[in-house]
Amino acid sequence: MSNLTDLGIKAIRDGVASGEFTAREVAEGFNANVAAAADLNAFIVTTPDHALASADAIDAKRAKGEDLGAMGGVPIGMKDLFATKGVQTTAASHILEGFTPEYESTVSSNLWAAGAGMLGKLNLDQFAMGSSNETSYFGNVTSPWRRPDGSNTPMSPGGSSGGSSTAVSARLAPAATGTDTGGSIRQPAAFTGITGVKPTYGRCSRWGVVAFASSLDQAGPMAHDVTDCAIMLGAMAGFDPKDSTSLDMPVPDWEAALNSDLKGKRVGIPREYRMDGMDAEIEKSWEQGKAWLKDAGAEIIDISLPHTKYALPAYYIIAPAEASSNLARYDGVRYGLRDLPDGAGLQDMYAETRAAGFGDEVKRRILIGTYVLSAGFYDAYYNQAQKIRTLVSQDFEKAWQECDVILAPTTPSASFGLGEKDDDPIGMYLNDVFAVPASLAGLPAMSVPCGVNSEGLPLGLQLVGKAFDEQGVMNAGLAIEERAGFSARAEKWW
Amino acid sequence: MSIDRAAVAKIASLARIKMSDEELDRMAPELNNILKFVDQLSEVDTSNVEPMTAVIPNIMRLREDEVNADPKTGGDRRADVLANAPAAEHGFFGVPKVIE
Repeated sequence: MSNLTDLGIKAIRDGVASGEFTAREVAEGFNANVAAAADLNAFIVTTPDHALASADAIDAKRAKGEDLGAMGGVPIGMKDLFATKGVQTTAASHILEGFTPEYESTVSSNLWAAGAGMLGKLNLDQFAMGSSNETSYFGNVTSPWRRPDGSNTPMSPGGSSGGSSTAVSARLAPAATGTDTGGSIRQPAAFTGITGVKPTYGRCSRWGVVAFASSLDQAGPMAHDVTDCAIMLGAMAGFDPKDSTSLDMPVPDWEAALNSDLKGKRVGIPREYRMDGMDAEIEKSWEQGKAWLKDAGAEIIDISLPHTKYALPAYYIIAPAEASSNLARYDGVRYGLRDLPDGAGLQDMYAETRAAGFGDEVKRRILIGTYVLSAGFYDAYYNQAQKIRTLVSQDFEKAWQECDVILAPTTPSASFGLGEKDDDPIGMYLNDVFAVPASLAGLPAMSVPCGVNSEGLPLGLQLVGKAFDEQGVMNAGLAIEERAGFSARAEKWW
Repeated sequence: MSIDRAAVAKIASLARIKMSDEELDRMAPELNNILKFVDQLSEVDTSNVEPMTAVIPNIMRLREDEVNADPKTGGDRRADVLANAPAAEHGFFGVPKVIE
């Protein structure tokens, strides 16, 4: 039983259901791994009792012969952006430190109803703003991966879902929730050799998820393989009347319909993603991906997404604009931090509270957002960015006349050392250059591990699909997974 | 477009974030770098393009006119609403005095 923590969602669910092992044994195994991994700083709070209570409930159900649910007996990590009743929810910020929701987010409710349990709340970039997990108030998350040069440089697990990617990659959890606003599921998945899916905008309810940029935010699964992601996405998704942008359509049985035979499918290769000075190893992995999909029966087609280069700058207007509005709610009145110096008035209280409660990157984005929405600049920045967003979306619409799914790299590079990109916000933003276009268009997209580079660090390939076609995306991901045979693991040092 | 320190101070005040002189000095060039980066959008001709309003077309729903249809968003939860307030008194949020 020593290897239960090597298992993924499907193996745990099926093993518990068949009685090969108990849900309690699984929860105990992962609780122990979590407790022994403080060096990675993947969790902000751990909830071993929650995991054990859920496991015991599943074992009791099994004894009575009841249905255990799609994720029965699977303990997971919950990104600390989802409100969890009675468990501190911080968005990795000081301003929400100590905030203990009186309610449960829809996505986490759905997961508990499907039989999952919670190992703890996972660290992330503060308010999900970052691509390296260096903006958390609770400290950096360290990737389990290291360069083999003996320097032991702590590496970035990606961001913003860096606690999630580290926890899954280091076997602290068989799966974790993530959220993706402009790459925050896909980029960390690529950095740590795991699989992550951002579904179509509206598939997963945003109710109870701390808001960053509401027109972009979307939750999704992060796990070891495509099948596990299909199972977990099925458990997370579904119509929710409490989210006005929730999709009122049935949730397909993605797991049952997984099929890696791509005969008759056309895979588009966007020529604008081939950028000057592209990392040769990334380019090589992309070529390899094409060959694999061809081998799976697909036809490879050259396509054009002409507005690709404008997607990232448009994103860095739209996302901060929405963030500046969303984060106006942190005022020291209703919840979270209050900083009220002696004799201060209401306005001073707001300004002091927000100065003390937000980190630098969050402040930077609130200021950019406030600026681009301010009178006189609204048309030149925000409105222009929303028009570019229309053009980016139209590029994809045109592409779908020629292809069924798009293949691209997930990131322009493998993971980098913590601190190596700190002094260059724009350089940091470029991490998401391949991820952001699908976010702006609300399309389903995923990252699947495809190999390691010459430094032994994981690389990911990205698949983007038509709206609502998570199946097509995951089928192509499965075709790559089967051919890549990715089995590299970070050597345990923590 | 580029913004100076005074402009950053003005934006910070609009955003209700207190900033020291030191922070303003640090923020101004950082914000200018970001604005320089996003300025490339101005080279795209968008005169015939509508700004995006909904990323995935969706109909705006009306809920049934029913009290407490979903207990999670229904009424009678004053204690829950106030539970995380830094200062709650007599069933209200407490704030510093605003009327002289």
